[in-house]
Amino acid sequence: MEIKLLYYLVPSLIMFCCGLYGFLTRKNMIAMLISLELMLNAVDINFTVINRYIFPDSKEGMIFTLFAIAIAAAETALAIAIIINLYRVTKKVETDEASQLKG
Amino acid sequence: MFSNPLIYFVVIPVIMLLGIYLSRNMAQIRTVAVAGSLALLGLSAWLLVDYLGLRAAGADAPMLYRGDWTWFSAMNIKLSVGVDGISIAMLLLSSIILLTGSFASWKINPLPKEFFLWLILLSIGVFGFFISIDLFTMFMFYEVALIPMYLLIGIWGTGRKEYSAMKLTLMLMGGSAFLMLSLIGIYYNAGLHSWNLLEIAQADSIDHTWQMFLFPMAFVGFGVLGAMFPFHTWSPDGHACAPTAVSMLHAGVLMKLGGYGCFRVAIYLMPYAANELAWIFLILTGISVVYGAFSACVQTDLKYINAYSSVSHCGLVLFAILMLNTTAMTGAIMQMLSHGLMTALFFALIGMIYGRTHTRDIRQMGGLMKIMPYLAVCYMIAGFASLGLPGLSGFVAEMTIFVGSFENTHTLNRVFTIIACCSIVITAVYILRVVGKLLLGPVYDKHHEELTDATWWERTSTVTLIICVAAIGCFPNFFANLIRTTFSPEIFKVLGM
Amino acid sequence: MEPIIPILILCLPLLGFLVLGLLGPKMSHKAAGWYGVLSIGTVMVLAYITAITYFFSGAPEFILDGTRLQYVVFNQDWLNFYKDLTIRIGFLLDPISALMLVVITTISFCVHLYSLGYMEGEKGFQRYYAFLQLFSFSMLGLVVATNIFQMYIFWELVGASSYLLIGFYYQRPSAVSASKKAFIVTRFADLGFLIGILILSYYTGTFNFTDLTGSVLANGSSVNNLITPGVVASLKFGGASFMGCSLLTWALVLIFMGGMGKSAMLPLHIWLPDAMEGPTPVSALIHAATMVVAGVYLVARLFPLYLMEEAALLFITVVGAITAFYAAVVACTQVDIKRVLAFSTISQIAFMMVSLGVARPEIHEGLGYMASMFHLFTHAMFKALLFLGAGALIHAVHSNDYTAMGGLRKYMPITHITFLIGCLAIAGIPPFSGFFSKDEILSACYENNFIWGAWMSMVAGLTAFYMFRLYYLIFWWDEPDYGHHKPHDAPWPMSLPLIFLALVSCVAGFIPFGEFVTWNGEPYHIHINWVGVAIPSIVIAVLAIALATFMYRKKNPLPDKVAKATGALWTAAHHRFYWDEIYMFITHKIIFNLICKPIAWFDRHIIDGTMDGLAWCAQRLSITIRPLQSGNVQSYVYVYLFGALLLGGVTAAVVLL
Repeated sequence: MEIKLLYYLVPSLIMFCCGLYGFLTRKNMIAMLISLELMLNAVDINFTVINRYIFPDSKEGMIFTLFAIAIAAAETALAIAIIINLYRVTKKVETDEASQLKG
Repeated sequence: MFSNPLIYFVVIPVIMLLGIYLSRNMAQIRTVAVAGSLALLGLSAWLLVDYLGLRAAGADAPMLYRGDWTWFSAMNIKLSVGVDGISIAMLLLSSIILLTGSFASWKINPLPKEFFLWLILLSIGVFGFFISIDLFTMFMFYEVALIPMYLLIGIWGTGRKEYSAMKLTLMLMGGSAFLMLSLIGIYYNAGLHSWNLLEIAQADSIDHTWQMFLFPMAFVGFGVLGAMFPFHTWSPDGHACAPTAVSMLHAGVLMKLGGYGCFRVAIYLMPYAANELAWIFLILTGISVVYGAFSACVQTDLKYINAYSSVSHCGLVLFAILMLNTTAMTGAIMQMLSHGLMTALFFALIGMIYGRTHTRDIRQMGGLMKIMPYLAVCYMIAGFASLGLPGLSGFVAEMTIFVGSFENTHTLNRVFTIIACCSIVITAVYILRVVGKLLLGPVYDKHHEELTDATWWERTSTVTLIICVAAIGCFPNFFANLIRTTFSPEIFKVLGM
Repeated sequence: MEPIIPILILCLPLLGFLVLGLLGPKMSHKAAGWYGVLSIGTVMVLAYITAITYFFSGAPEFILDGTRLQYVVFNQDWLNFYKDLTIRIGFLLDPISALMLVVITTISFCVHLYSLGYMEGEKGFQRYYAFLQLFSFSMLGLVVATNIFQMYIFWELVGASSYLLIGFYYQRPSAVSASKKAFIVTRFADLGFLIGILILSYYTGTFNFTDLTGSVLANGSSVNNLITPGVVASLKFGGASFMGCSLLTWALVLIFMGGMGKSAMLPLHIWLPDAMEGPTPVSALIHAATMVVAGVYLVARLFPLYLMEEAALLFITVVGAITAFYAAVVACTQVDIKRVLAFSTISQIAFMMVSLGVARPEIHEGLGYMASMFHLFTHAMFKALLFLGAGALIHAVHSNDYTAMGGLRKYMPITHITFLIGCLAIAGIPPFSGFFSKDEILSACYENNFIWGAWMSMVAGLTAFYMFRLYYLIFWWDEPDYGHHKPHDAPWPMSLPLIFLALVSCVAGFIPFGEFVTWNGEPYHIHINWVGVAIPSIVIAVLAIALATFMYRKKNPLPDKVAKATGALWTAAHHRFYWDEIYMFITHKIIFNLICKPIAWFDRHIIDGTMDGLAWCAQRLSITIRPLQSGNVQSYVYVYLFGALLLGGVTAAVVLL
């Protein structure tokens, strides 16, 4: 059985939609962060497989994926740091309750 | 660059800024402020003498002491300087008022250092504006002069200061938005790839249709600062809340930027449109003159009275400029000088009286002549100057304006000239009303009887201003010739005059 | 003529003002007073020298073939407008300016001297003298003006010095409001003057009197005649007219409006009675002898121009005639002696105006002009005398009202005699000076039109009546209780001017005035028309005096009965025919409440409201759209998702279709 491009894209689409759904519905920042990671990883998968299937001679997709993973790691670290600090101050990590800075 | 004397009008204030920044106590701040403004005054006096010498020796360029230094070559933006008689008159006025303003802020509190820093920054804008002949640089200095006003009123003001500061800044910014548009329009439509006033004026290459569009924007843009009806409402609130020196500088000099700009930019560069559209603004400024005077008649706050009186007098400046002939324009510039000096005197005195009685409501005061005769006499002299008593500056300026305006034979101009003449009566009414209530009559408040008269720095400030007012009033021909000889024939060529 | 003396005449009082104004507070009263007296005394001597040189030296620049010329001693550019239109400060010597130099300096000197006594010990004594010097300077500058704008400049300055002097007792609210009223009313009149000057100067291209009213001769002097004005009127004005009158008429009437203000003609007279709040010597100097005749002087100055426009002269005559009668009627009912004198002044100035108005070159070579100037001169002397006498009375009894006086002839003999001489002079009894000048005026009126003559004779009768009413009420009538301090004559600095002015009033009538002052400089020989004018007017005056004697010599109920019988008329006259109330109504109710206040309201609420409204709109708008920028990432993502799907859909639709 030949593994087609579509076999990769459908799970990554599902993964992206899960992430999107989670991001939209969850109020907990940690959960939102996880959802965000899901979406990022779905995109990463797309990058690699499309690179692999459609432009097998070039490496840009791979490089971008590695780049995105690195940035996602940094971003997650930053987000976690903010969330932990927020938690220390307010004892909450829900987005709609973190509104003290609004005028 | 530093061989050009004009550049020192910006350099000296910058050095003053540095000096004040490094000062450690009030005495040092005062020394720097007074020494710096004396240096500026000396410089402008020297400039006046040297300028007259050069002219007498036959220098016939429209502007002297020219200098150009490019600072943004892609747009051909330069720091171009140059002065003629009008600019010199304005520079002299500004330095006198800066000096007297420094004396008037002798005891400013709180944050004296910051106050003077902003005040000097403002004066950089003013001096820079008057020496520039590059439209872009001119506009930049104009903005530099506007911004510090917000903080000066907002922090050191009295009453509804935040509201007033915001209102003043926003309205003036609104005006400068129009101005920016029209300056850019002039730049592109003149087709010279130059911001230089003289080059644009000489080429006279702005398309007439565009002039009809750009002239009103430029005139309104500067007119807002010149307190033209109906864009004058920043003036009463702004002046009422501003601290003394800021009121002095603002009414004395900054409002002159408006008149100067209307003349130097709007009319000088777009004479065709000026001739076509003058009637609209003539109506507005004619209204300003009478309207301001009538409004002043019923005010009870001294500063409001003076602010409305400024609306009336500055209206007369724009009114005269729009008459588009040499006599009336000479009168307009003389009125700027005269109004600058006497309104500064007024605001200085109001500040001094307020500092003692802690009220500016004329209903709460009376008989100050008995308590503080020196200040009262000065106030009376300022009042007489304002209502146009011969021998003081107001008279010569107003008469030059009226005679010049009457030279213009259009019926509308004639009618509005006569209406404007009526302001001399209304001015007398509100000035004498204040003098009668505030200075004369029995002492209203018994607590005021212990108040003291002027201190030496207050006397220095007022005497300087009074001498200047009387000098213009007694020897007007000197100033009139200084101004008149600099109206270049180019602008009148188009008007057929 | 060397310009040094004229320059000194102008500069000494100015110097006096500056010295007394700046150093006054450091000087003693005595030093300041004597400095003022000496300063004005010097000026008086210099002015006499100038006038005598002018009239009697016979120098070719002053007189040519018996015609007196106008001579410009010096003329300095002060402010140039355009082309030849230049304000100059100069010194014009001609018959009327020489006359005025004498009148002003004489009265001013008398008043300076008199004030040494009258103002003794007053607070602000130095200030008072400083203002007097300022006034003298301004008034002298006014009369020697070489051009109409110089006249306007000094016109304003006399207005200001009058303001300062009326308000001398600045802690008294009535004085403050009187001074304010005087300034504003005259300012309003000056508006007309200014517009008149603007019209005249625009069309003629000059301010100079010599160019406007006469022709310049080879030696630089000029002579008043009808050549230049005719040229001016026909060439420069062309056929220009406005609302049915020629522009020249408008200009002249507007200029006369300035004169109406200063000279207190109806309806701009209301300030003068109130101006009596000032110290009495000031009333004598400014509000009787000098400043208030400036309007007459102005018309006389431009007389050749006025001759061009019959309508303007008629206007002057009508205004003058109505004012003369009005003021005389009001003077009959006033209680305050200074007000009686003030209304009498208004009436007498109106005489001069009428006289100018009826003057024509064809009627006895412009007799009216000469008569007017003659009356100006004699009136200045006897009215100053009456005011200074009134000052002595007020000084003695500390009240302005005649009700506080009576029977004073016993206590104040000098004042009594001099006051009586003044009354006889103003009533027109020969040989006192008023008779001669008033007779000339009446002759001029009769020559012009019988109606004017009859009307003015009636006013002259009224004059005699109210003056003697005043005289009897002060010096006879009933003696009130003066208490321990019996009134007595004033000290010598006050009596001396009285005696001097009384002597002048006795003899001034015999001056052959027509030899000196006529409209075109040619001498005119006065001859009194005894049968036609003089005898009837003497009879009228004597009858009026007899009536006054009958009514007021002794205390009796007759005056009250008369007052009751005339009822409303008396009350109205007593309230000066309600002019003040009308003005109050116009200024306060209409201008203040219906113009100023609505404008101020409009400014605060409509104009400013619009600006605030704009700011409010911007704020509302930002508040409205602010929830969009909630900071809630999830809502952004919703919007984003929606937008992305929409865009995707649109793209797909475009690609597919």
